[in-house]
Amino acid sequence: MRVASDQPIWPNLKNCKAHRLYIQARSRQIHIRYNPAMLTPAHIESKLERILLKVQKPGRYVGGEFNTTVKDWHSARARVALVFPDIYDIGVSNVGLKILYDQINQRDDALAERAYLPWTDMEALMRRDGIPLYALESKRPLSGFDLIGFTLPYETLYTNALNALDLIGIPLRSADRDETHPIIIAGGHSVMNPEPMHAFMDAFVVGEGEEVIHDIINVIQQFKVETLNVERSTFNRDELLLALAKIPGVYVPRFYQVSYMDDNTIAHVEALAEGLANPVVKRVVAHLPPPPTKFIVPNIEIVHNRVSVEIMRGCTRGCRFCHAGMITRPVRERSVDEIVAAAEAAIKSTGFEELALMSLSSSDYSYVVELVNAISAKFEGKKLTVSLPSLRIESVSVDLMDSLRDRRGSGFTLAPEAATERMRNIINKYVSDEEILNTTRAIYSRGWTTIKLYFMIGHPSETLEDVQAIVDLCKRVLAEGRKVAGMKCKLNVGVSTFVPKSHTPFQWVACDTRDSVLDKQGLLKRQLRDKNIKLSWTKPEDTLLEAWLSRGDRRLSDVIESAWKRGARFDAWGDQMNFNAWMQAFAEHGLDHTFYTYRPRRTDEIFPWDHITAAVRKNFLFQDFRQSLEGQIRVDCRLNCFACGILPTFANMRRDHPGEAWKCPDVKSPRKASNQLSVISDQLPVFTDQSHLVVVE
Amino acid sequence: MRIRITFSKQGALRYTGHLDLHKLWERAARRADIPLAYTQGFHPTPRIQIASALPLGFSSRCEVADFFLSADLDVATISSKLQPALPSGLSVLNVESVDERSPALQTQLIAADYEVTLLESADASNLDLRLAALTDAPTLPRVKRDKAYDLRPQIEELSLMAGAEKKIHMRLASRAGDTGRPEEVLAELNLAIEDVQVERAQLIFKDS
Ligand code: SF4
Repeated sequence: MRVASDQPIWPNLKNCKAHRLYIQARSRQIHIRYNPAMLTPAHIESKLERILLKVQKPGRYVGGEFNTTVKDWHSARARVALVFPDIYDIGVSNVGLKILYDQINQRDDALAERAYLPWTDMEALMRRDGIPLYALESKRPLSGFDLIGFTLPYETLYTNALNALDLIGIPLRSADRDETHPIIIAGGHSVMNPEPMHAFMDAFVVGEGEEVIHDIINVIQQFKVETLNVERSTFNRDELLLALAKIPGVYVPRFYQVSYMDDNTIAHVEALAEGLANPVVKRVVAHLPPPPTKFIVPNIEIVHNRVSVEIMRGCTRGCRFCHAGMITRPVRERSVDEIVAAAEAAIKSTGFEELALMSLSSSDYSYVVELVNAISAKFEGKKLTVSLPSLRIESVSVDLMDSLRDRRGSGFTLAPEAATERMRNIINKYVSDEEILNTTRAIYSRGWTTIKLYFMIGHPSETLEDVQAIVDLCKRVLAEGRKVAGMKCKLNVGVSTFVPKSHTPFQWVACDTRDSVLDKQGLLKRQLRDKNIKLSWTKPEDTLLEAWLSRGDRRLSDVIESAWKRGARFDAWGDQMNFNAWMQAFAEHGLDHTFYTYRPRRTDEIFPWDHITAAVRKNFLFQDFRQSLEGQIRVDCRLNCFACGILPTFANMRRDHPGEAWKCPDVKSPRKASNQLSVISDQLPVFTDQSHLVVVE
Repeated sequence: MRIRITFSKQGALRYTGHLDLHKLWERAARRADIPLAYTQGFHPTPRIQIASALPLGFSSRCEVADFFLSADLDVATISSKLQPALPSGLSVLNVESVDERSPALQTQLIAADYEVTLLESADASNLDLRLAALTDAPTLPRVKRDKAYDLRPQIEELSLMAGAEKKIHMRLASRAGDTGRPEEVLAELNLAIEDVQVERAQLIFKDS
């Protein structure tokens, strides 16, 4: 995960009374067991009444927020619980889940409710009093829903997901569930490599969820056995899962068999039933559907109480370390009018005072200047804070922010990621020192006192000189700033550690070792000691955890389960105790964690995630990796299509949606007959029947 | 203009604290298109006065807040625009216009009435005697946040509610720096907070 110095300071767990209580409860191994005579909402509410005043921020656990949708339980033929497996404060503002919540609740025949993970104080009391995880809207136990959808945007939520399953009171492993249990699915960026979590989820959604969620709900409704007991439905699980597996973009691990080589790398992956895609190709929507506007308005203050409007999806920059940039192609933009109208409607329906215009790279949005002008004209004098993250390092960005800035003026964030020309070429994020200094000088001179600079250490072939360059650059930024704006200039430097991710050009590289990372961080800490510079970094243990889960295989399911049993959870919150649990879990299963981290991968290696594709060819990624080793950069593919694999895979879709909204070239060739295989990779034929991809308006 | 809103706070909203409630009203006003007046200065905040902070977990059918608006609106319009902009749990009971120069609402409060309902789990034995023991006591020394104080003078009324065996009525002083807390009275009665439900029933202001 990124280091973000503007993140809240989490409580120091060691001194936290609630945490001690939780540790005690955990050591007594209180597990909630699935109870067929399920608790009613009234039971759960009365149990809650007795404990809510004993926990921090009870407002997390009661729902009732403005803009929630509470639908009639009995008239919905599919009941979905959406789970963000972290606390309410983090989860409630997640836009991905909000999109699904709206998509499902717009249907007359389905309902969606929400659940988040209780913090440790609440968890201890829930376990003590036998309160299962419940949905905030109806207070019904999650075990009574038909479908439970987890979002897993980052790997450090995996143990939390297991904890959620346990709090729901159903078997952790898919194989142990029967027809009375809900179907458990997961989606989100981290499950582009679903294998480490394969044992726990019945199915994974690969790619974008807006359309596929409807296909999934249709299948659920089709296979639901209506019984007299309307509180809970049953399924013919095997048939249902097979039907799910046949939906494009859905991966059901039990129907794929993995064989290993002697060295524990993958020999091959075989689909076990007729008509299953291999590889499973991610789903994308041809046209971004209207953005959500009725955001949930929490009744308590949380990290991000704000409106987020996605202005563009995908990124064409091609930074080689960037997972999101590689897996969210093609780039699709929304129009300025649509964005402004959505922002206005969302501010109106929420009353929030902050608007975030979201994308992976705002500067690349084709009409960014027009957008900024339209937004500032629309909200002039409305006391609205507008953020436009991920701006390129260039003076235009300063103009853009200047037009949006409100009087409160927060910091200005830039992400050079590396500080030497050699490193920048390797990671394909090129910007000159000159440009950085011109930009930061402009920022300070226009009145911002704090600049946040993000760097990453641990890039392939990085040396201490490259890290020293980060120090030198930061000092120059500050010195130059002082020339134009005086001594009030401040600098926040966030240095995260690179983690090689699946489906990126760096999927072949070894992680930087812990010792090397510690050396590099030591250098930064020694040399950036300055009262005007605030340095933050990622703990090497947290990086390792993310690293082995990112490129792990199926064998890691055992490790995750053991780590969770040993107490690991809230891994994203950086608690040293968890790391020991993980190390013991590896030892327990006789696995060497360096296999997943420090081992450079063979060039011909079949990766555990190769049967899942983001439609960017492995060969393309490999060429890009080779170019990186040679220090060659690749320009933005908007300027020059490199045939990464997106267009052949989604050719028909592009043909049906020509023009501006996509940033890939138009497809001119005539449409091929459907159901035909096109080869998007040397070894991996891909099933490209796109006939299902109809845009749902 | 300055308006005075009487509202109830129930259900999930019982777990929204005083500061969060300020923010909640600010956003609700924005959703309802009711133009709040802001303070001057570097951090402008909306001019909202909530008469008295309601402890977390208590419900109320009598909360009062004053809002300063930057434009004049008809009170009926305000009330009809505001209600749909509120989360379930907050209900507008009354809206009236008040003199802009009248003193801050918080300074006008003198006492508050609470109704305590005992749940099944509560020990309700000899409740009348236990209440009488408190009202008969000349002093009730207690310690709150390391400070010793006398609870007795803060209790203006304490009795069983007419026609109900398991409901207590209490009127506690509620002046700046001298606010009786229902939890403290409950503690003296040996009633745990999770065994009761507390609702604020009335706020008593000077000259009302
Ligand atoms: S198909 Fe071409 S333009 Fe589209 S994302 Fe791939 S390289 Fe970029």
